[in-house]
Amino acid sequence: MPVRQQADTKIWKRRTTKAQFAVWFGWLVGVAIFVYCWRLISEKTIWFFVTDAPKQAADMAERMVPPKWSYMEVLWAPVWDTINIATLGTMIAIVIAVPVAFCAARNTTPSVHFVRPVALFIIVSSRSINSLIWALMLVTLIGPGVLAGVIAIGLRSIGFCAKLLYEAIEEIDHNQVEAVIATGAARSQQLSFGIVPQIMPAFAGISVFRWDINIRESTVLGLVGAGGIGLQLDSSISTLAWTQVSLILLVILATVIVSEWVSAKIRHAII
Amino acid sequence: MTQNATSRRWKRPPFIQNPTLRWGLWVGAAIYLALAFGTMEVNWDRVAEGATRGQRFVAAFFPPDFVSRWDSIQDGILESLWMTITSTVIGIILSVPVGLGAARNLAYRPVYLFCRGILAVSRTFPEIILAIFFVKLFGFGPFAGFLALSVGTIGFYGKLLAEDIEDMDPVQAEAIKSVGAGWLQWLNYSVQPQVMPRMIGLGIYRLDINFRESAVVGIVGGGGIGATLLTSFDRYEFDSAAAILLVIIGIVMVLEYSSGYIRRWVQ
Repeated sequence: MPVRQQADTKIWKRRTTKAQFAVWFGWLVGVAIFVYCWRLISEKTIWFFVTDAPKQAADMAERMVPPKWSYMEVLWAPVWDTINIATLGTMIAIVIAVPVAFCAARNTTPSVHFVRPVALFIIVSSRSINSLIWALMLVTLIGPGVLAGVIAIGLRSIGFCAKLLYEAIEEIDHNQVEAVIATGAARSQQLSFGIVPQIMPAFAGISVFRWDINIRESTVLGLVGAGGIGLQLDSSISTLAWTQVSLILLVILATVIVSEWVSAKIRHAII
Repeated sequence: MTQNATSRRWKRPPFIQNPTLRWGLWVGAAIYLALAFGTMEVNWDRVAEGATRGQRFVAAFFPPDFVSRWDSIQDGILESLWMTITSTVIGIILSVPVGLGAARNLAYRPVYLFCRGILAVSRTFPEIILAIFFVKLFGFGPFAGFLALSVGTIGFYGKLLAEDIEDMDPVQAEAIKSVGAGWLQWLNYSVQPQVMPRMIGLGIYRLDINFRESAVVGIVGGGGIGATLLTSFDRYEFDSAAAILLVIIGIVMVLEYSSGYIRRWVQ
């Protein structure tokens, strides 16, 4: 324990002098990087707009109330589309993620050296690209619309679902699988009677959790033309129809809260 | 004998025990799917047209064109990185008081409710929607993206910090209190050491998320690589787009790998 002698009294210190210097140096480097980055950003900022922002915000808020409730009639279809994008996208993701997860898990993969790296690569590349970028790509490829959104959400979610699922598969209790093997089960029977029942709760939980995240993400896909309520948000903002914008924001808020509530309920029922 | 054996055949118990609920869910799912596919409008001609474009896009990855737009790619990536770093730092600094206030065992009831309210609001809206509004208020450029990411960070980090503080071991906190520590000393010597390892890990994880998000806030004008990517898609310059995507994937992989390493090292 680092103790410093001062006259006759011993003073307890949290760190040794060397450790203290290391920590101090770490902070110095961190702060220097931060200040450097901040300077570069502030060079690209027009500070007049920033000082003007409170006035702008007050102005915008004033124009946003009251929300234009009659616009709700137009919004039901996009809300339905948004939910469909999230749900169908999650379904596609699950269908593809299950085989990928079985290939990526160390205890079920057909080959640790060839199949597993491919499966891990699929997981990483799907996870590292944002769903909005997937949507941007798909809109240029297959045209704007709900289909692009569904596929974008699906592609983005494969990695997430497969990653959590293969971790669940790797953590199963092997004794149960051994018991199934002892009865003379074939490999496919081992999977379906030894492994699947063990990961079923995790699987259901992951799907619902991802569905909840996807509802949130699908609300913005419309900004690049991939369907859903984002389309209305984009057009309302570009036509400066602020009363519609505030209604859309309220609708998004409500959708997200409801979906969070539903997913919490379902996960609670499963676990 | 054989008859008896077949009738006593074992059947695996269903995942959902209640039969009405099980069949109800199946029927409900079928109806929902029929409705969902029925209302989905797909322009199949346009999709078919996309097939050739898709081939061009895939072909653009071999090889991607890093050269012709390198200046704007470099600019965009650096801007994204600056935004990532500054927003993570500021977001975490701001989320500490909010997180402390939102921990039930630390804060008084009104403070607790107020801070929970802040966290709920900043978590509900995706960063990209926040970015739209900040672009409207503060003008185009990385400052708007920086603010959007910071607000997102407050929601994420503050909530997890509050939950971590609520889960901490009260015995250690009591021990520090019993030696006569002031409130700040109490925070510094009993709460902070308990939550620190996990929070450093989460901070790095958030850095990772912020980079991914900073790649898209540019689509709505918030600065960063997103604007460059959007332009290259709009001009059908797939080889430049492929290059940008590869750069993003590369940086994300480096961040993910190093964040995993740092988290193991901290814990």
